[in-house]
Amino acid sequence: MFEHNDPNRIQLNSSGQLRHFLTTEGLSRELLTEILDTADSFVDMGAKQIKKMPLLRGRTVVNLFFEASTRTLSTFELAAKRLSADVLNLNISTSSTSKGETLKDTLMTLEAMHSDMFVVRHADSGAAHFIASQVTPHVAVINAGDGRHAHPTQAMLDMLTIRRHKGSFEPLTFAIVGDILHSRVARSQIHALRTLGAREIRVIAPKTLLPRHIEAMGVKVFTDMREGLKDVDVIMMLRLQKERMTSALLPSESEFYKLYGMTTEKLAYAHPEAVVMHPGPINRGVEIESAIADGPRSLILDQVTNGIAVRMAVMSMAMSGQVVEKQLQHPSAN
Amino acid sequence: MNIKIAGGRVIDPSQSLDQVCDLYISNGLIIAHGDAPEGFVPDSTLDASGQVVCPGLVDLCAHLREPGATHKGSIAQESHAAAAGGITTLVAMPTTSPIVDTPAVAQLIQDKARATGKARVLPMGALTQGLAGEQLSPMHALASSGCIAFTNSRRPIRSSLVLMRCLEYAATHDLLVLFQAQDAELSGGCMHDDTTSTRLGLAGIPEAAETVEVARCLMLVEQTGARAHFGQISCERSARMIMEARERGLNVSADIAIHHLLLSDSNVNGFDSNFHVIPPLRSQLDRAGLRQALLAGGIQAICSDHQPHDPIAKQAPFAATEPGIAGLETLLSLSLMLVEQDVLDLPRLIAMLSCEPARILGIQAGTLNNGAAADICIFNPAARWTPSADKTRSGGANSPFIGTELGGRVTHTLLGGKVVFQL
Repeated sequence: MFEHNDPNRIQLNSSGQLRHFLTTEGLSRELLTEILDTADSFVDMGAKQIKKMPLLRGRTVVNLFFEASTRTLSTFELAAKRLSADVLNLNISTSSTSKGETLKDTLMTLEAMHSDMFVVRHADSGAAHFIASQVTPHVAVINAGDGRHAHPTQAMLDMLTIRRHKGSFEPLTFAIVGDILHSRVARSQIHALRTLGAREIRVIAPKTLLPRHIEAMGVKVFTDMREGLKDVDVIMMLRLQKERMTSALLPSESEFYKLYGMTTEKLAYAHPEAVVMHPGPINRGVEIESAIADGPRSLILDQVTNGIAVRMAVMSMAMSGQVVEKQLQHPSAN
Repeated sequence: MNIKIAGGRVIDPSQSLDQVCDLYISNGLIIAHGDAPEGFVPDSTLDASGQVVCPGLVDLCAHLREPGATHKGSIAQESHAAAAGGITTLVAMPTTSPIVDTPAVAQLIQDKARATGKARVLPMGALTQGLAGEQLSPMHALASSGCIAFTNSRRPIRSSLVLMRCLEYAATHDLLVLFQAQDAELSGGCMHDDTTSTRLGLAGIPEAAETVEVARCLMLVEQTGARAHFGQISCERSARMIMEARERGLNVSADIAIHHLLLSDSNVNGFDSNFHVIPPLRSQLDRAGLRQALLAGGIQAICSDHQPHDPIAKQAPFAATEPGIAGLETLLSLSLMLVEQDVLDLPRLIAMLSCEPARILGIQAGTLNNGAAADICIFNPAARWTPSADKTRSGGANSPFIGTELGGRVTHTLLGGKVVFQL
């Protein structure tokens, strides 16, 4: 009784297609694969002379960023422009929404400008769900990172990068290293990897950076890098936000680097063909050694390139899901 | 004015009464049950056949918002909601603006409640001035002005020395102290710290946020000999510690909010801000443990922990919303689920909603004894109803139970022999 336990009810249309993209949790393997396949078809577009296609022509995409971000904002902007959408970038500090103008007021104002899609970055977990629950039915919402909850496009660009380098997920062991506690990326990666059939997922961090009962998400927990990295195929490093290191979570950056930073010495514990990823921006000498970040086993720049393709894929799919839903609900309005 | 309540199942746990009979009221007081007193001629008769007649409920925790946040609720609105929920006495928390730390504010609340006349409102006084946790409030003066007990609510008293002084001073005057136990530093999150919070990425509040503070308070109660009550505990371990303290002879008691007996942290899935409460909805194991503690005597009362909010307070991402459920009108119907689910029998449940909280407060209420004020709740246990936002009498419609069909509905509430609510 009183169960309201279907976080996915909101992000799929009645035909099971994506109408918002809020989380990788609960999405089917088929749908995740469809995202990857669609993204795959967009990857090479960046190398062409004409980098545009008309899938979102005439649509207005609003990048609604309540939290600072350069990389994610630019890739979403580029993705939307490559799909021929009109793009509006809004950086809104949460303080302005708390001073009289509520988040709902902001949404209503932007809807009145006939926006078709909101790409939302917010410091609070669940913000994208909240916004998706408030917008009018024809607007699609893409989660560009909400609090500690989810960063589904980042996870999917990681999946695309892995698939393009390793072919499939089933035979692989993954290690996610660092600040798991605060990481929306890690949560989205874990959901996606599990659905896509990864053989084993490990998380490696000190206990202060591990959320409670993380093993219930289907991962193995390690606090020692040497044990955790043993024979892994893909190492996914996380960003450690330096400001959080002052709140009694860690003694110092140097101690963290010594124990959990990715170094040539530690990489030797992994499989000889293991690759290293990082969602960026990287803290060199804190999370990762420069020789690895810039080395042949690093996929960091591939991740950036694939990020645009993945964002193009989910934007076009969500918009298409909205159109299908609208047609199903109002068949005469075609 | 003579009233006869006819043919109801009269349940009064304070005198172990459970029988179908008539109840007689004269001049605002209960004068008999069963056979009519000699010469009794009713001016009016309420037909209660098929219904339960019990003492008006005594709610140990309600935030009435007035003075201060009247955009969320007012004494008049919330008293009206209480009457609709069969509640005749409610304890108002001191977290108003201004805070209840002067006799004038305590008096104001009582005056407004009396003017409304829908429920007896007993203000609770601040344990420290401004709830700042530093200086003792004028407890004696506040008690003389009608404050029934003293609490710092969920505002911290970081210094154990100050807390001990508060308890010593309260013990001097035999005043009841209420703890809403939470450690300030450990309670920085917005939901129970467990698998659901991990998955949703919501900052967790560990069980220790409550149990550490319960332990500290119990040690100081033992040291000082104060009379203390723990309000709205959420963890099974807290209940166990309080029960052990009672067994050691400490004068302590505890209550629990009804939503903690029915819901768990898994309900937060989907980020519905109506499930945002403090203390947070705990694990299913905690819920089961708390239900056991009801039976074992670790918890003596059930309350609404009523916290009405304006709509905008709940329209934001989960962590940014204000915690709390508006629960006066649904307290009884939700509590009846515990009977439906065989957790408690009906007389025991009614005891936990009436005479037990009255006993904790040390007041003459929650009873149908001859000579007692005719504060009475009549409800139809077979009725089904669905709370809706547009029909709520409270200033707040923030409840996860809006739209859910509930069983058992209050049909009449009498306050001092006067019908203050009729369905």
